Amino acid sequence: MKRGATSIVGVAESALGIVPDRSALELMGDAALAALDDAGLGVKDVDGLFAQTPYLWHPSISLGEHLGVSPRFTGSTNMGGASFVGFVQHAALAIEAGLCEVALIAYGSNQRSGGGRLVTGSEQLSFEAPYGTIYPATSYALMAQRHMAQYGTTSEQLAEVAVAARRWAQLNPKAMERGPLGIDDVLASRMITSPLHKLDCCLVTDGGGAVVMTSTARARSLRKPAVPVLGAATAHVHRQVLQMPDLTVTAATQSGERAFAMAGLKPADIDVVQIYDAFTINVILALEDLGFCSKGEGGPFVAGQRIAPGGALPVNTSGGGLSYCHPGMLGIFLLIEAVRQLRREAGERQVGAVQTALVHGIGGVHSAHCTTILGGAA
Amino acid sequence: MKPAAPPLPDTRGSARPYWAATLRDELQLPFCDACRGAIFYPRDFCPSCGGRAVTWRRCSGRGTVYSYSVIHTHPDPAFKQRLPYTVALVTLEEGARLMTEIVDCPPESVRVGMAVAVKFRRVSEDAALPVFAPAGART
Repeated sequence: MKRGATSIVGVAESALGIVPDRSALELMGDAALAALDDAGLGVKDVDGLFAQTPYLWHPSISLGEHLGVSPRFTGSTNMGGASFVGFVQHAALAIEAGLCEVALIAYGSNQRSGGGRLVTGSEQLSFEAPYGTIYPATSYALMAQRHMAQYGTTSEQLAEVAVAARRWAQLNPKAMERGPLGIDDVLASRMITSPLHKLDCCLVTDGGGAVVMTSTARARSLRKPAVPVLGAATAHVHRQVLQMPDLTVTAATQSGERAFAMAGLKPADIDVVQIYDAFTINVILALEDLGFCSKGEGGPFVAGQRIAPGGALPVNTSGGGLSYCHPGMLGIFLLIEAVRQLRREAGERQVGAVQTALVHGIGGVHSAHCTTILGGAA
Repeated sequence: MKPAAPPLPDTRGSARPYWAATLRDELQLPFCDACRGAIFYPRDFCPSCGGRAVTWRRCSGRGTVYSYSVIHTHPDPAFKQRLPYTVALVTLEEGARLMTEIVDCPPESVRVGMAVAVKFRRVSEDAALPVFAPAGART
């Protein structure tokens, strides 16, 4: 994969939040068409399809049928909520190889209106489920508890992540939760699976999102400034938390290192960061493993609202899964927000003249890690 | 509707000797003939070194709490009636790490690093769940 050879040229969400009258596939289709409009492309320009959702058995095939696209290249690799960040790498490779020219990456889910619980298929984790864990929340709780015991991380530091997300969401008109929120509110919310409170956990919403990619050469002639893909990498070590070798270290160490190497950048070069915040602990672990701070320092790093509006490192500027939206899988929305920041389309929450963005998707229970680094729009 | 019974382990395949041993109040695991490492979850090969031969052996049943979480809510009625309870990852003396429940110990007293010992809770004709109590606790 060649640095900067492909670009993101269109991004869009469907209706978000509570959307009772749209199916998962319809929300995916809505977002796809809106992202093509954003790029100034038509549905018949699409010849590469990448989709994933727990609600469809054959996601990219259903999307092709729905839109009337018969792609030259297709993919529905299930990397959990990280899939879409990983699809950037797959799409870049397919485009560079000449296997397709315009790739559409899409997601849709009606998790909120469909009953609140994410469909996870028939798979049962035989050495975990009989003990009454809450999947996936307890897996993340075990990581948080271990991080606390090993490094002294506190519930207040976890809450800092939720409060920072809310302060970003207050600047995002599309965010679902925009009311005032303080550290004490997070700590006073109901305990779910200790040490995670309700407000340490992401929202449950409906919604879809889509991203359009093509070669950077073709991108120059399209409607919006092209956002080049500078680096991308994927890694996974375990599927279930009981196989995670060290609960305080994730495969983001691998995906981050490879993505930075491809981009020729280091953490200090990144202007804005989007991390899959299904739970507050995710952000702390990812900031450590991606190299924004050293191992064990994630708690103190996020303290004092360092990742909030006005802080030293802007993280999850949409409000993230904690306050903006979380329809089961968040990865696509991390890409959308990064592109908007790079195009300086983020309105009140714009963090300045952004030249670099890091997007980090997490799938499963800190299982799949996909890191994508995007460059300045041109 | 969800059944009131909790999910049961799948006792078939490579894990069959593991669950069969639990019916005798024994914790058994396969060990790699090449690297000697304990293999969990049970497989008939070694994911650590790639070895293809394993030997089943009885474990001591002693370990330490690697991490834990107290469950305060659960969508399944079978678990809801037992709230709150403590699930944990326990690292065995032999090196393997299991998901389990900590029993005979108030949730607020569980600590990372706590020494624990195995007990068994029969859940079906085919399996007893290994659970762990503070080491030295009355059994």
